[in-house]
Amino acid sequence: MIAFNLLVGVCLAYVALLFIVAFVAERRAIRGRLGWLRSPLVYTLSLSVYCTAWTFYGAVGYAARSGLEFLPIYLGPTLVLVGWWWALRKLVRIGKTQRITSIADLISSRYGKSNALGVLVTLLAVVGTTPYIALQLQSVTLSFSVFASGSNSGWSLPDLNATALWVAAGLTIFTVLFGTRNLDANERHHGVVTAIAVEAIVKLVALLAVGVFVVWGVGGGPSAVAETMRNSAIADTPINGGRWIGVTFLAGAAIFTLPRMFQVMVVENADERHLATASWAFPLYLFLMSLFVVPIAVVGLATQPVGANPDLFVLTIPLSMGQEAVATLAFLGGFSSATSMVIVAAIALSTMVSNHIVMPLWLSFQHEGATVSGDVRKVVLGARRLSIAGVLVLGYLYFRLTGGSAALASIGLISFTGVAQALPALIGGIFWRGATRKGAIGGLIIGFVVWMYTLFLPSFGPDGVMSAALLSEGPWGIGWLRPQALFTVRIDDPLLHALFWSMSLNTIVFLFVSTMTFPSPLERLQGAQFVNVFEHTNAGHGWQEGSAEAEDLLIMSQRILGSDEAQTLFQNAAETQGKGGFLPDTTPAFLARLERELAGSVGAATAHAMVGQIVGRASISVEDLMKVADETAQMMEYSNQLEAKSAELQRTARQLREANEKLTELSVQKDAFLSQISHELRTPMTSIRAFSEILMDEGSVSKDERQRYSRIIHEEGIRLTRLLDDLLDLSVLENGQVSLNEQPGSLRDLLDRAVAATSVPGDGRALRIRRNELAEAVPLFTDTDRLSQVFINIIANAQKYCDAKDPVLRVEVRNIGKRVAVDFIDNGQGIPKKSQAIIFEKFARLSDRNAAGGAGLGLAICREIMTKLGGAIAYLPGQGGAAFRVTLPLNKSATR
Amino acid sequence: MGRDVLLIEDEPNIIEAIRFILARDGWHVQTHSDGKNAFEAVRDKQPDVVILDVMLPGRSGFEILRDIRGDDAISGMPVLMLTAKGQSKDREIAENLGVSRFMTKPFSNTDVLAAVRDLVAQ
Repeated sequence: MIAFNLLVGVCLAYVALLFIVAFVAERRAIRGRLGWLRSPLVYTLSLSVYCTAWTFYGAVGYAARSGLEFLPIYLGPTLVLVGWWWALRKLVRIGKTQRITSIADLISSRYGKSNALGVLVTLLAVVGTTPYIALQLQSVTLSFSVFASGSNSGWSLPDLNATALWVAAGLTIFTVLFGTRNLDANERHHGVVTAIAVEAIVKLVALLAVGVFVVWGVGGGPSAVAETMRNSAIADTPINGGRWIGVTFLAGAAIFTLPRMFQVMVVENADERHLATASWAFPLYLFLMSLFVVPIAVVGLATQPVGANPDLFVLTIPLSMGQEAVATLAFLGGFSSATSMVIVAAIALSTMVSNHIVMPLWLSFQHEGATVSGDVRKVVLGARRLSIAGVLVLGYLYFRLTGGSAALASIGLISFTGVAQALPALIGGIFWRGATRKGAIGGLIIGFVVWMYTLFLPSFGPDGVMSAALLSEGPWGIGWLRPQALFTVRIDDPLLHALFWSMSLNTIVFLFVSTMTFPSPLERLQGAQFVNVFEHTNAGHGWQEGSAEAEDLLIMSQRILGSDEAQTLFQNAAETQGKGGFLPDTTPAFLARLERELAGSVGAATAHAMVGQIVGRASISVEDLMKVADETAQMMEYSNQLEAKSAELQRTARQLREANEKLTELSVQKDAFLSQISHELRTPMTSIRAFSEILMDEGSVSKDERQRYSRIIHEEGIRLTRLLDDLLDLSVLENGQVSLNEQPGSLRDLLDRAVAATSVPGDGRALRIRRNELAEAVPLFTDTDRLSQVFINIIANAQKYCDAKDPVLRVEVRNIGKRVAVDFIDNGQGIPKKSQAIIFEKFARLSDRNAAGGAGLGLAICREIMTKLGGAIAYLPGQGGAAFRVTLPLNKSATR
Repeated sequence: MGRDVLLIEDEPNIIEAIRFILARDGWHVQTHSDGKNAFEAVRDKQPDVVILDVMLPGRSGFEILRDIRGDDAISGMPVLMLTAKGQSKDREIAENLGVSRFMTKPFSNTDVLAAVRDLVAQ
């Protein structure tokens, strides 16, 4: 067996090789001799950080436990690279044009450079990645222990924790050395990437070697292994459709959201075209990596003792066959897988932590001067290095806490689900301009919380972080809050359950909040730049052609100034330059003039930014963007004010229109009223004038005639007086100038007074009035004079108009609710239905005016009086004769 | 030349006054105190002149005037219109309908008498 020292020696030699590779690549990069370092092959191989120790060892274990279910982990990335490579290309393009340093930076930048989002995604990434780093440490220590336990060479079982600690320390040193050697503006690490590519080759070769050995050396050739596979339990393992879809989705999402994948795919990308190669080469790599997984698993199950950990078959099969060289190679492959993942993840996480957490904190504690001195560079490097150490310490602590108990693959999927929470904000951000910062924050928080609650915390096992009772009964016994059966939905697989709820709630909140909220100007600007990245940039080709530039400027100007004005402007400029047509040379003078013209419409900063963007000469700084945002905000503020003013104007206009309509109506009413009054006044005056002229001509008038005509003149004079009295009375009542003289009284007394006032002594055609004096004993507190005026008017009307042979007026008193009603009902013909509606209007006299002897204002006055007294007067139909009901509120009629 | 006057008026006092003034001058005055059937009364009685009020119960004087002017047998009959509605609008309406003379109440007795004489003499 291999001695422990030898194994450690091989390890150290391998690490030394990596150091050299990284060092050489770094030197070449510094000297600008990149050459093959920038080849698509290196790029593709660097993508293999996707295949960690989990893939290297765990896939076999996964296959041994669950059959073909390990395949979706390869299927997801393959689908994304083949079918969605255009989305990745967009991501890469955005990364380049916006100088994105991490996925946290991308999301923060997209949503208006929101630091809150940066912190949120960083936290998510750290929490989601820490278990994964712990997993790598675990796999390395486990592989060491395999060699230790399988040996009888006398080397004592090394302390697993100490091994993990040493590995973590070694990785920290490597990552710090090559990950933070310098501060490249675009965060590329040529040395690290090259070393990762070498490791990619090592792990592929190692796994293929083990596979070849297992198939031909142990299994007895392909056909024999195929036979073993058919007989193995793996072949019988049913395919769980939900899990296949879920895991495929997770693995696909991981390509977008895993911090380390983002690092190698977007940040370290040197040329967009490399992605085209990777889109077929990386799936091929994955295919080769998965080729021997099932054979190794079945042969392992068939040859290894029952209870052997299938996660370690890659090591244990060659070891048990005495093939130490193959086993050592396999060990190096696993070591490569683990270290490459940890190194890249540590770099990616440290960039996020230092940029989004450490630096903002440090800056907020500094005086302003610090940002312009050289201090910042050192601080950034220090923050990076500390962050790398911090990330690895976290990973180590997690490894110690969980004790390396859980199966490798499950930790991997938990981690995948966690980082997948960034997917809606990411995909939404690069394809949907309507996505807002609040939507992204809301979605991320809910997704993160649900993931923690339903998957991450329960993963520590019953009584780990959550008590067993909480897991089975829900918090405070609330069943529908059970972490693994939210809302009582039964999804047996905790992973699918958590994936379903976290992703759907995340997406729903993201979409809903985005739709409901309004993005800030900066957000909208960033959103447009991200979503339309292919329209905004033309990578590799500047705006070299003057005419193309001018044409774009014209198109933009037409949108802002309108076609005619823009065309005139361009034509004039071209003429000034001695050119025909609409496309002048883009001289500084012309650009300055254009900018001024545009500034009139969109503001100076915006105009500068727009022209600068098309001409490509002036880059748009954050200050420019902020100015644009300020201007937009001011414009919106101004526009809001205008809108408010316009609404106010509309309101005023409507009020004026209504007032005008009312006045017009009043004017019509007034004309009709004046015409009526004129008629009512002129009629008696006509009689008076005619008869007085007759009387003045003394000779021709007999004594009888003289007497008769004098009486007519007298009567008409009285009629005129009464009319004027009524008019004045009504005018006072209608104008509300009347002051009520309220005093206590009794309804019976008032009726007595009214009856007495209307009795005509000696008139044969007397109206009989029937009353019930008992019911009339109602105490009142009101203007008794006004109320008796109403009663007198009604009784007098009955006297005038009741056409019965033996006219009778019944007066009935009753309580209706909180009101007292006095009904006056005569036995005449009553008032025709069509006239009932107008009797209370002014001059609404229905029959021959002389019989009435009034001007038709009586009931109108009654109505006004009753309104003033808080009561009412109404015609009561269906009583046989004419019937009027006077009602008074009882609280007014009762003694106060 | 006849001296028959038909007075269409609903105010009894005004009827009495006009009757007195005209009778004293030797006119024969018949009256009709309702808007309804007033046109028929004009057609039946064939007076030499019609004195017509505007505001009448049942039918307005304007309508009666229109009927008179629309009937071939009596369309040329002189019509003196008296009204208590003193607005210029009413005079316009009456003139458009072909009134012979338009006077507002209160009137001067001599003016009425002169108008009646004048209308019959034409």
